[in-house]
Amino acid sequence: MSDKLIQIQINGKEYEVPEGSTILEACRKAGWHVPTLCHHDDLTIAGICRICVVEVEGWRTLQAACATPVAPNMKIHTYSDKVRLARRNILELMLADHYGECYSCLRNQKCELQKLAYEYGIDEYYFGHKTERKWKVDESSYSVVRDKDKCIQCNRCIRTCEGIQTVGIFDKVFKGHDCTVDTFWNHPMRETICINCGQCINRCPTAALKEKNETDLVWEAIADPTKTVVIQTAPAPRSAIGEEFGLPPGVCVTKKLNTALRAIGFDKVLDTNFTADLTIMEEGTELLMRLKKALTGEDCIKNATLPMITSCSPGWVKFCEHFFPEQLDHLSTCKSPQQMFGALIKTYVAEKMNVEPKNIVSVALMPCTAKKFECNRPEMHDSGFKDVDFGLTTREMGQMIRETGIKILDLPESDFDNPIGHGSGAGMIFGATGGVMEAALRTAYELVTGRPVPFKDLDIVPVRGMDGVREAEVKLENVKPEWSFLEGVTAKFAVAHGTGNARVLLDQIKEGKSPYHFIEIMACPGGCLGGGGMPIPTNLEVRKARAKAIYAEDHAMDIRKSHENKLVMELYKDFLGEPLGHKSHKLLHTHYTPRGKKAVDPKGSV
Amino acid sequence: MSETPKNAEILSRYGQDRDNLMPILHEINNTRGYISEQDMQEIACHLNISATDVYGTATFYSYLNTEPKGKYVIRLCKSLSCDMAGKEKIAAALEAAAGCAFGKTSADNRFTLEYGNCMGWCDLGPAMLVNHDVHTQLTPDKAKEILSQLK
Repeated sequence: MSDKLIQIQINGKEYEVPEGSTILEACRKAGWHVPTLCHHDDLTIAGICRICVVEVEGWRTLQAACATPVAPNMKIHTYSDKVRLARRNILELMLADHYGECYSCLRNQKCELQKLAYEYGIDEYYFGHKTERKWKVDESSYSVVRDKDKCIQCNRCIRTCEGIQTVGIFDKVFKGHDCTVDTFWNHPMRETICINCGQCINRCPTAALKEKNETDLVWEAIADPTKTVVIQTAPAPRSAIGEEFGLPPGVCVTKKLNTALRAIGFDKVLDTNFTADLTIMEEGTELLMRLKKALTGEDCIKNATLPMITSCSPGWVKFCEHFFPEQLDHLSTCKSPQQMFGALIKTYVAEKMNVEPKNIVSVALMPCTAKKFECNRPEMHDSGFKDVDFGLTTREMGQMIRETGIKILDLPESDFDNPIGHGSGAGMIFGATGGVMEAALRTAYELVTGRPVPFKDLDIVPVRGMDGVREAEVKLENVKPEWSFLEGVTAKFAVAHGTGNARVLLDQIKEGKSPYHFIEIMACPGGCLGGGGMPIPTNLEVRKARAKAIYAEDHAMDIRKSHENKLVMELYKDFLGEPLGHKSHKLLHTHYTPRGKKAVDPKGSV
Repeated sequence: MSETPKNAEILSRYGQDRDNLMPILHEINNTRGYISEQDMQEIACHLNISATDVYGTATFYSYLNTEPKGKYVIRLCKSLSCDMAGKEKIAAALEAAAGCAFGKTSADNRFTLEYGNCMGWCDLGPAMLVNHDVHTQLTPDKAKEILSQLK
């Protein structure tokens, strides 16, 4: 888009719009609503659904507003008779090939097709309606369920998976009447190289893609009197679950959510920020040990590969296992906060609560669909049991709360339960891209120098924001004697979100050109706050609002550095010993599986 | 079938830009008769694109096969002129002669019967293709005769 403005007319009114903008952009800027379906702000232009057609005076055919650039003196009509009739026909044709009824659909009231049918007053199936399934629902994946009969072939999932994530499990296959959006050789999702990030779900306009719903299993556990049902809540869902109940994006409802969870029947409500702090202690120590071995040669840690990369994001971990299996040594061996918590709940917390671990059902409220896969990894049984039984998405929890009829926004606030129910602001910002890096720096820098990080209010601004790849550096001076090998070292960091951006940093490492010591990678754009389990819609504006809320919550916390979390220190004293110690190693660290990018995973995904 | 070149040998003759996808698909299809799942994975690795992308491209084209077919692939034109000129009777004759239904391959792997779209012989319909050879002005007897000549 250039700075040059050109004159156009929309619905008889004059506007000046930037040359090179599309008709859709021009209309939106001028305040005229044009419906869209295949178009998504995060994605490349497709121009295939045609619902955004407009009439341009002097042009023979209607034009897709999303894919047509404006031209000087163009006269556009966004709701002429011809336009409205065409849109109605397009919708009727889509409905003719769209299976199911709205009232028995998970996306009821959140479906873009349904919304458009309402907008254009569709009151009959003019071209008929698909009443029988042609395909079986694919529920093979732990995370993503596919219902092809509801697909309207907008290609958003294809563009998300290929364009944003550079994974590419979907494409249009066959042609004409036989054309479907499909996986490689129509393999079930479980056998594909899907990284379970769920970004396709967030962008699917209908219910053709959805998370594997486990709410009924959780309800069942709650109803079972022999079970103690413990839930941990991650930071990102708290910044967004309000959206499920009509709040605008960017309002944290952490403490109301606690009350709601107790009302639902969870016996203990714990704070994942706590294990985020624990992650920082473990991962920070691991980073310093890797640096120590690299700089001094002292054999203080087995794997001293640098740069070290974060391992909290299960979508990212699986991406690395598929596409960069030779670089798995770069991953921190730390489990994600969810899985650390899982291992502690059925050991330490069980002991404190005086409950048999086998009677505990451990649930995690996450912004993420990949967490469902993660908790089903066979190696995640370090407590002697399945460490986390169910990972629920923010949307699923929204559903559970809706079913109770509880008005979450009117509830009184309440705190988390102990013994490990308190997290720091550093743990809170794990929910935003750059947050893990910032939290790690707040602790590692202070550990090494004895001083807080040299940024105003502890806000390490260079690692924040929504640019795809960001970098920062800190010079270490006047370090404590035990860290003298770091004196004068300029530590370099990078942050990437979305696996397409991660690929840039991984390719650098492959070529031996990576200048960094430590890299944070989150699979989803925006980090967890843009996760595949978050309320729909999620787009750049929404992600920015949620990030703002998360950073505000960090500021409001009584402690903002992980190493100042007294409960974490107590846990080390009472139970774990020390970071990277024997018990930590057993419960809090893990290993990875080189999978390779062959489209059919012979191990069946787990 | 005679010895066909291995994928590694075929792929080594092509660059790694995506533009090479169609020529590679053509070559494998022509030398081996079809492009298998394994072939597609290897092509994807060579071009550094997703395997689904290769699958989507291969399945778009009717003349690229994704499963083994008979020695002779017979494509009967299903377009309007050939239909009006008596396509149905030809189809029945072909099924009887080949011993398999349309969309299928005969048990002896000699024939695969398919419908095709307009081949440009509307004035001489019904028309069909046997591999790359066109046969026009078909009658049921002529169709049977053509098949009996194919060994």
